Amino acid sequence: MKRAFCATLLLALAAAPPLAGQERVQVFRGAKIIPITSAPIDGGVLVVQGGKIVAVGREGAVRIPNGAEVHDMTGKVIMPGLVDTHSHIGGGDGGDRSSPIHGDVRILDAIDVRDDGIQKAQAGGITTVNVMPGSGHLMSGQTAYLKLRDGRTIYDLLYCRDVLKEVCGGLKMANGTNSRGEPPFPGTRAKAAALVRERFIKAQEYRAKVKAANGDPSKMPARDLEMETLVEVLEGKRIVHHHTHRYDDILTAIRLQQEFGYRAVLHHVSEAWKIADEIAASGLPASIITLDAPGGKLETMDLSMTNGAALEKAGVLVGYHTDDGITDSRFFLRSAGIAVRAGMSRDAALYAMTMAGARMLGLDDRIGSLEPGKDADFIVLSGDPLSVYTHVEQTWVEGVKVFDLSNPQDYIYAVGGIGVRGVVSANYHEGMEGHE
Amino acid sequence: MSRVARNATLAALFGFGAALGAAPATAQIAVRGETVHTMAGPAITDGVVLIGRDGKIERVGPASQVRIPDGYRTLTAKVVTPGLVDAHSVVGLAGYMNQPHDQDQLERSNAIQPELRAIDAYNAREALVEWIRGFGVTTVHTGHGPGALMSGQTMIVKTRGETVGEAIVDSVTMVAMTLGPDVARNYNGRPGTRSKGVALIRSEFIKAQAYRDKVKAAGKDASKLPPRDLKLETLARVLDGELPALITAQKATEILAALRLQQEFGFKLVLDGAAESYLVIDEIKRAGVPVIIHPTMARHSGTLENATMETARKLREAGIPVALQSGFEGYVPKTRVVLFEAAMSAAYGMPFEQALALVTIDAARILGIDHRVGSLERGKDGDVALFDGDPFEYTTHVCGVIIEGQVVSETCR
Repeated sequence: MKRAFCATLLLALAAAPPLAGQERVQVFRGAKIIPITSAPIDGGVLVVQGGKIVAVGREGAVRIPNGAEVHDMTGKVIMPGLVDTHSHIGGGDGGDRSSPIHGDVRILDAIDVRDDGIQKAQAGGITTVNVMPGSGHLMSGQTAYLKLRDGRTIYDLLYCRDVLKEVCGGLKMANGTNSRGEPPFPGTRAKAAALVRERFIKAQEYRAKVKAANGDPSKMPARDLEMETLVEVLEGKRIVHHHTHRYDDILTAIRLQQEFGYRAVLHHVSEAWKIADEIAASGLPASIITLDAPGGKLETMDLSMTNGAALEKAGVLVGYHTDDGITDSRFFLRSAGIAVRAGMSRDAALYAMTMAGARMLGLDDRIGSLEPGKDADFIVLSGDPLSVYTHVEQTWVEGVKVFDLSNPQDYIYAVGGIGVRGVVSANYHEGMEGHE
Repeated sequence: MSRVARNATLAALFGFGAALGAAPATAQIAVRGETVHTMAGPAITDGVVLIGRDGKIERVGPASQVRIPDGYRTLTAKVVTPGLVDAHSVVGLAGYMNQPHDQDQLERSNAIQPELRAIDAYNAREALVEWIRGFGVTTVHTGHGPGALMSGQTMIVKTRGETVGEAIVDSVTMVAMTLGPDVARNYNGRPGTRSKGVALIRSEFIKAQAYRDKVKAAGKDASKLPPRDLKLETLARVLDGELPALITAQKATEILAALRLQQEFGFKLVLDGAAESYLVIDEIKRAGVPVIIHPTMARHSGTLENATMETARKLREAGIPVALQSGFEGYVPKTRVVLFEAAMSAAYGMPFEQALALVTIDAARILGIDHRVGSLERGKDGDVALFDGDPFEYTTHVCGVIIEGQVVSETCR
């Protein structure tokens, strides 16, 4: 056991970026702990070391090592850091207007980790985020899975270690009205689907050639960045994040997924309540946006706050996202409250904010719940996560506190005010239409 | 589509039952609440509100003192508040489809058009009117939006009725104006600077002063009257103090410019948006100007980059009259909901009843309609919102909305 623990620890250290986890054991006691994958614990104890969770349990049932730094969290609530499956923080962008399809484009080449959106997301309790390019294309580019550590460069925040050898995010796809336009953009829904199918069929052929080459460089097809990305999708190594609002567009997204067999997450799903059973039958998870009113564009006219409840009832894996820019990361926890207001169960709503998102990004072996061996990503709340009066007081990533409401600068990120302005925030509003 | 069919469709669309607009009007209504926030004194425990045949409130008091007469239909709730007042919106003009045909909040042919009347553009059947009503909003100050130096007039409606006539409370309330760079975006880059925008507004008021002087000099002699000019007639009413100028000004620079305009021309000013008002509290207080603050959850970007969730509290603590608005949204969500915005002010440190006042009595006072709405008092309109818990909690539902004694919504949302 001890050896296994050490091995885990060493691995964790080897994989940890410079800013991660403290060596000294840290203990958080007295809080109500909501581990998500097990029942809430009143007066719980959370033990953290080396950026990982060592133990979670009741007071008295968890050994507190000598020399541990003990944090008294009496009266607080601790739950896993929130997972935002769809955001545009960091001021990055994806494909340009030259084509509706940009499988080769990586948003990680354009993210500014000093953007105040990152700090605001930390203030909102978000510890993992899928940063996506916009929805103005059928494929607007490769997304980036970020851990919201305090960092100087994109490398400090990425999940992947080697951007050339690893898959560092998903693939953003979109259907419906945002990706339509003058040629080469599709003018109709059917054309949009045809363009995507053609591209994936090409990728199937490319993949077949690579297989046939069987490692012989002389037989390999010429390198093609887009084809390489789509092959990762076809092989299930890269997850498709599909922006889709109207019920028939959701069905199209499902049809494409079924034809090519890739892993996919349905995003926004404004009209999911109309076809909850069909979504459930597809087995695809759905990530929902919470908006205070329907409309604003034709395909969100029938948006309903009951989407979460309807999908939960149908048996769909449900998550939530901010689409930051569209809704503010600092209000992300609101999604769970509004979901419960509209009929979702409390447990499913909290699962949706954490574990469901982790599963949608394929990161559930590392994050999403408070379990020994997982990353020590958690938030300290002043009260019930579903209450409007509750504040995120602290956000911890891999055992490091990255947000503290009692810190004056962090307070400004949480509440607003002079000094919050980021490099790109002032210009962000205008370019927003391509997103949600 | 018939009204009934439309309601059924909408109910199905939004997934909250079939009761939208279907509830019949009841002549005499009693509302009994475990807590009744009258906004005209301390909250009443186990309180009763009686609404008479005329749609006016007859009595308000504890159940021990106010007997519910026979024949009254009784509705019960955990928490009862006055119908909410949205101090500034564009619902009914800015439709939820967000297509050119349903966007009437801003005319882009000219940046100065104070003559545009809200009553000529208000769509009482617009889905967003019904939407905000479902969250307890019974009165809305709506009309021409921000984004022009002078975009047009505003009006006050109740969130009911199938025509503007059935909804109207006040047909001309204020004249909407905007300072700052947001105007140029709508008028091909002009005015190109903040200063130019102010100069254009000043020139217009100076013309209006001359027009008003001619009208006054003419007295009863019609032959001496200047030719009618809808624009200048409207601005003359602003100069006369009859119509306040509602100036959207987000940055501190723009707020000070608005105060300067008010001092120069002596009109009644209501500051709108005012994201950086917390930086110039003394100046606003000295000018005695009320502020209708941006939605707490408005996107904190562009001219709102320095906005805070504490602005309402800070202004209120300084003694400045404040209210909250749902504002204007150019994209999704097409409107905000003042119930949620006030909740956010409460979450960021404002005492409960003060936060509720932002969207009830204090809003009514700034709009000059507190004799009719904003609190539960004898003689006022029977506008009531019913909740199954703390109105501000996400997980609480609005379970009833009454406008002038008519139950307009009974489904919990």
